[in-house]
Amino acid sequence: MAKGILVFAEVKDGKVKNVAFEMLSAGRKIAGQTGDELAAVLIGKGVAGLAGSLAEYGADKIYVAEDDKLAQYTTDAYSKVLADLIKETDPATVLLGCTVLGRDLAAKTAQKVKAGLLSDCIAIDVEGGGLVFTRPVYSGKALLKAGVPESSPAMATIRPNVLTAEPAAGKGEVVNYAVNLDASDLRQVIKDVILQVSSRPELTEANVIVSGGRGVKGPEGFKVLEDLADVLGGAVGASRACVDAGWIGQNLQVGQTGKVVSPTLYFACGISGAIQHMAGMSSSKCIVAINKDEEAAIFKAADYGIVGDLFEVVPILTEEIKKVIAK
Amino acid sequence: MNIAVLLKQTFDTEAKIEIAGGAINKKGVGLIINPYDEYAVEEALKLKEKNGGEVTIISAGADTPDAMRQALAMGADKAISVEDPALAGGDEYTTAVVLAKAVSTIPYDLVLAGWREGSAQVAVRVAEELGLPHINVVTKLDIDGGKATATRDIEGGNEIVEVPVPAVITAQKGLNEPRYPSMKGIMQAKKKPIQKLSLGDLGLSADQVAAKVKVQSYFLPSAKAAGKIIGGEAPQAAAELARLLREEANAI
Ligand SMILES: Cc1cc2nc3c(=O)[nH]c(=O)nc-3n(C[C@H](O)[C@H](O)[C@H](O)COP(=O)(O)OP(=O)(O)OC[C@H]3O[C@@H](n4cnc5c(N)ncnc54)[C@H](O)[C@@H]3O)c2cc1C
Ligand SMILES: Cc1cc2nc3c(=O)[nH]c(=O)nc-3n(C[C@H](O)[C@H](O)[C@H](O)COP(=O)(O)OP(=O)(O)OC[C@H]3O[C@@H](n4cnc5c(N)ncnc54)[C@H](O)[C@@H]3O)c2cc1C
Repeated sequence: MAKGILVFAEVKDGKVKNVAFEMLSAGRKIAGQTGDELAAVLIGKGVAGLAGSLAEYGADKIYVAEDDKLAQYTTDAYSKVLADLIKETDPATVLLGCTVLGRDLAAKTAQKVKAGLLSDCIAIDVEGGGLVFTRPVYSGKALLKAGVPESSPAMATIRPNVLTAEPAAGKGEVVNYAVNLDASDLRQVIKDVILQVSSRPELTEANVIVSGGRGVKGPEGFKVLEDLADVLGGAVGASRACVDAGWIGQNLQVGQTGKVVSPTLYFACGISGAIQHMAGMSSSKCIVAINKDEEAAIFKAADYGIVGDLFEVVPILTEEIKKVIAK
Repeated sequence: MNIAVLLKQTFDTEAKIEIAGGAINKKGVGLIINPYDEYAVEEALKLKEKNGGEVTIISAGADTPDAMRQALAMGADKAISVEDPALAGGDEYTTAVVLAKAVSTIPYDLVLAGWREGSAQVAVRVAEELGLPHINVVTKLDIDGGKATATRDIEGGNEIVEVPVPAVITAQKGLNEPRYPSMKGIMQAKKKPIQKLSLGDLGLSADQVAAKVKVQSYFLPSAKAAGKIIGGEAPQAAAELARLLREEANAI
């Protein structure tokens, strides 16, 4: 009988992604109710040193799978390691962050172990002894509660930023996991990686996002939004109108055909609030709209709104926020 | 070069979602071709124009006749539609096992599908079922000398990945500009074959494709309470907003 929770701890730039701590904290709570063991797995090269941080967030056991062949992420290699580990340790639940990498790895691994996988979940609850996952469907217009009762394990990807990471010491036993990879497992060859240098956090994981729409009027218009974002250590996003106009990169588009985000604080500046945009940001905890049209739909989704010219309001707001933060 | 394109029809984005009897009410909801699948169709057509071969549209679930005709009108050669009552309660596992079997009924060198920020499972699961490598979120694709070289989006940038073909590739916005079907294409599409297959035709039983995921309930998100419009001139409004974000919303 499958037992326990396994959390995949994604590593980026030598650090464990916050979503892993968020999943461990949720896992800790579930384990408290079900008596399950909470385990985490680190896959990569030179990642063993990160095990301690996972223990701080509640991991009882940390599997470390290190190999030269895992230095760079490839689906083939990582999914083989994760699937092997699942087959050997037989966890009831496997959680991954719903990141670009997490989605890719989860789908491949799920098919290897013939598991059900719930994507982009925003809540996990214990109901009737089993786990129930909540995920948005139809662009967030409806929600679905589902479980994976008969297959073992139940897999899920969890949207970053919706669960809360809280430190809670776990046993933190480190287990070196011997990797078994041969050439036939490794068909994907990474030829090149081109990273855009940005001092701002990744959109899907940012705590604060300042987004601009057609109202910013051009690429230069984003400057005032960047200033606000930088004061709050946030990311800059955009509506599709700006991406289509070529003012900003597609990777910063928020919405149904862009990124789905749920920061603590989302500023929509010069964005009308089209349903496709809302599909990407309506789960933000606090939404601020700044728009010169008081009839704009975005005000219906907003917690706070200012009717006005963003070029006038945003710079003043940046200064006022600086003052508040300094207090 | 023979190419299979996995095509899905989805709810029109503007559609209002209603729940009736514990399920999503699909009556009267407009359906459109999954926007990302159009990129997959376009890429297949471009590769066919360059290398010859056939483009086959493959779909599982009965909801797709319009999307299929559209792809055929764009220039695809034929279509396979797997329709079976047993698919109704299916999940991504179901869909993938069925699609992989359907793909196996034709000769293929490449499988193209759409990438979606949604669940993004089906194409990758199909790759695993077929024992093929895949590349996700592709914005540029070259096929040459038995290899597919693709530029894909990763966090904070792009990477260039090479895999041997056959392979599964999922298309992201930016890969190409999908063509509009011509009048001639629309006329021709009416005569192009759509082969209908059941699970039995594929040698599958309902048990083999039973969903792994069990839905408990669908519900609508709770309506949000009306927000606060902060009045006054810009300086006062901005100062008040900064205060509220700290003291009331606890957001900064
Ligand atoms: C299939 C499909 C998928 C889509 N996917 C997405 C998606 O992922 N993301 C997305 O964003 N959109 C998406 N769209 C597009 C969407 O429908 C809207 O067209 C788009 O979001 C509009 O962008 P906008 O709000 O910036 O522009 P507009 O709707 O033009 O709104 C501009 C707003 O700026 C305000 N404004 C102008 N000047 C100022 C100023 N100086 N100060 C303050 N306010 C000002 C105006 O009052 C107006 O409300 C999609 C559409 C389709 C059909
Ligand atoms: C328990 C459960 C019950 C469901 N019941 C139904 C139902 O009754 N009717 C229904 O329509 N959906 C149903 N769904 C949704 C559906 O089975 C899958 O979730 C859906 O096929 C995956 O769609 P996606 O766009 O999220 O997949 P993704 O994995 O994001 O799709 C990626 C790509 O895969 C290809 N693809 C995906 N699905 C198909 C397909 N069916 N045919 C061809 N290509 C495809 C397309 O190229 C698509 O762009 C159900 C889901 C669950 C979990």
